[in-house]
Amino acid sequence: MSTIQDTAGRRTTPRGAYFEPVFEGLCFAAATALLASLGGVLISLMIGGWPAFAQFGLGFFTTSTWDPVRQIYGAAGPIVGTLVTAAVALLIALPVAGAVAFFLVELCPPILRRPIGTAVELLAGIPSIVYGMWGLFVFAPFFAQTVEMPLMAAAAPGSFWEALVQGIPNGSGILAASIILAIMILPFMAATLRELLMTVPPQVRESAYGLGATMQEVVMKVTLPYVRRGAIGAVMLGLGRALGETMAVTFIIGNSHDFPTSLFASGSTIASTIANEFTEATSPMHTASLIALGLILFLITFAVLAMARLLLRNQTRG
Amino acid sequence: MTTIAPEAPRVHADDVSVATIDSSRIKLDIQGLDFFYGKGQALKSVSMSVARNSVTALIGPSGCGKSTLLRTLNRMYALYPGQRATGRIMLDGEDILRNGVNLAMLRAKIGMVFQKPTPFPMSIYDNVAFGVRLYENLSKSELADRIEESLRRAALWDEVKDKLHASGLGLSGGQQQRLCVARCIAVKPEILLLDEPTSALDPISSAKLEETVTQLKSDYTIVIVTHNLGQAARLSNYTGFMYLGELVEFGETAGMFTKPVTKRASDYITGRFG
Repeated sequence: MSTIQDTAGRRTTPRGAYFEPVFEGLCFAAATALLASLGGVLISLMIGGWPAFAQFGLGFFTTSTWDPVRQIYGAAGPIVGTLVTAAVALLIALPVAGAVAFFLVELCPPILRRPIGTAVELLAGIPSIVYGMWGLFVFAPFFAQTVEMPLMAAAAPGSFWEALVQGIPNGSGILAASIILAIMILPFMAATLRELLMTVPPQVRESAYGLGATMQEVVMKVTLPYVRRGAIGAVMLGLGRALGETMAVTFIIGNSHDFPTSLFASGSTIASTIANEFTEATSPMHTASLIALGLILFLITFAVLAMARLLLRNQTRG
Repeated sequence: MTTIAPEAPRVHADDVSVATIDSSRIKLDIQGLDFFYGKGQALKSVSMSVARNSVTALIGPSGCGKSTLLRTLNRMYALYPGQRATGRIMLDGEDILRNGVNLAMLRAKIGMVFQKPTPFPMSIYDNVAFGVRLYENLSKSELADRIEESLRRAALWDEVKDKLHASGLGLSGGQQQRLCVARCIAVKPEILLLDEPTSALDPISSAKLEETVTQLKSDYTIVIVTHNLGQAARLSNYTGFMYLGELVEFGETAGMFTKPVTKRASDYITGRFG
């Protein structure tokens, strides 16, 4: 090792050099701790949930009898409830969030831009229990009166639509929970999409306008594809939030473990089931089943994120 | 009102010389154009004619209003609230500044290429087809022909003919800029507006683009904003010199660069300021 001579007689090592290994060590430790806690959570969920998987096998995923009295647990109801509510919420929220973002970026008079933008961000900050409460006390009765009853009355008997809307029109159930979820993830997605759209260089938009495109054509064919990578990320994060949301859903989904057969039926999600039952789970098998549910939610969320990554990778290639 | 910053060169505020063009050759006629960004005035009573099938260059120091003038010609400024223009711009006898002009149609007629290349995030083929698909219903082979023709005219065909379905973003800067030119001419506009099209390009790409412009001028009316005086001299038939939002001198390029009439244009061209 050669030492660099300093003709001005200064010290030969920078003062920060002593701290360098410490700094590196701290960064490494932080990263390792993160990985270790992820592994730890995964392993303890596996161990905790193992009795349920061992006892019920695949039936844990495919049957929907959830009976703590008889000690029979099948989680198809909550699993499907989780997937369906999150998907429907996304289906409702995405177009609206896109429209809000486009409005803010392209159409909004400058004087309204800041108030609306701030309002969107504030909406994202409301605690979920407030949404849940509002959903149950305010939204559910309104929803039952103005949506569920008319729809049920309008559906032709025996049709596919009738099957889709059957149930008790009490304002709580799969669709109501999806709508509350949509309202919850909407501001987050709108804010993210807005940030993304603002990254589109003005000249790119102007080029499209310069070719004679109308605003809707510019948005659909140029600015949206321009930000598609980020947009997929925003959607996946929204989906992740919808999958794991607990309190708001617990309030309004109806909390039935049955397999949800219609949009108005009561149902449950994994998160709402765990929240509802953890304090009451006295038998080991009940606890194990709840932990197994937790593992499944963990894996679903993981799969969503992995899928997002995969989509992004394919996009970069194309 | 003429504001001159303390360090700006002393100029005669009133020496202005704007040549007129024979009315039968006028494609665009700008009359008494004022432009405002909010309260600030960026163009002051600009009057100038653009001759058809020729290249008109706009030169002048940064911030003099060249690009602003260009952006009024296809009303690109109308995308931004708070920007407005008053006066008249007659395109084939019709005032494009009046209310109720169909801006999409207007912009389809007047193509624009920007300082930085702006390929859309799609294939080379789709980039060129973008504008065509908006307004025309061509068969597959007609569209392919149009795209080849446009790419040829933009002097890009030979470089991309084997990878038309690769992303336009993968091209070099100079190729991207020629792609933007091809995209513009594919919609068969009548006028091309070029806003410093070579300022982000290397010398070789710039030379190619200049060649493209020279070839296009027989069919199009071209207005080019440039900081490169040599480029203005090489490419254009007419040159307008702008300073602080005013059109100071306008005339045939040959005359402007050999014998400028106004002191301000003369100082700028000889490199005394700018």
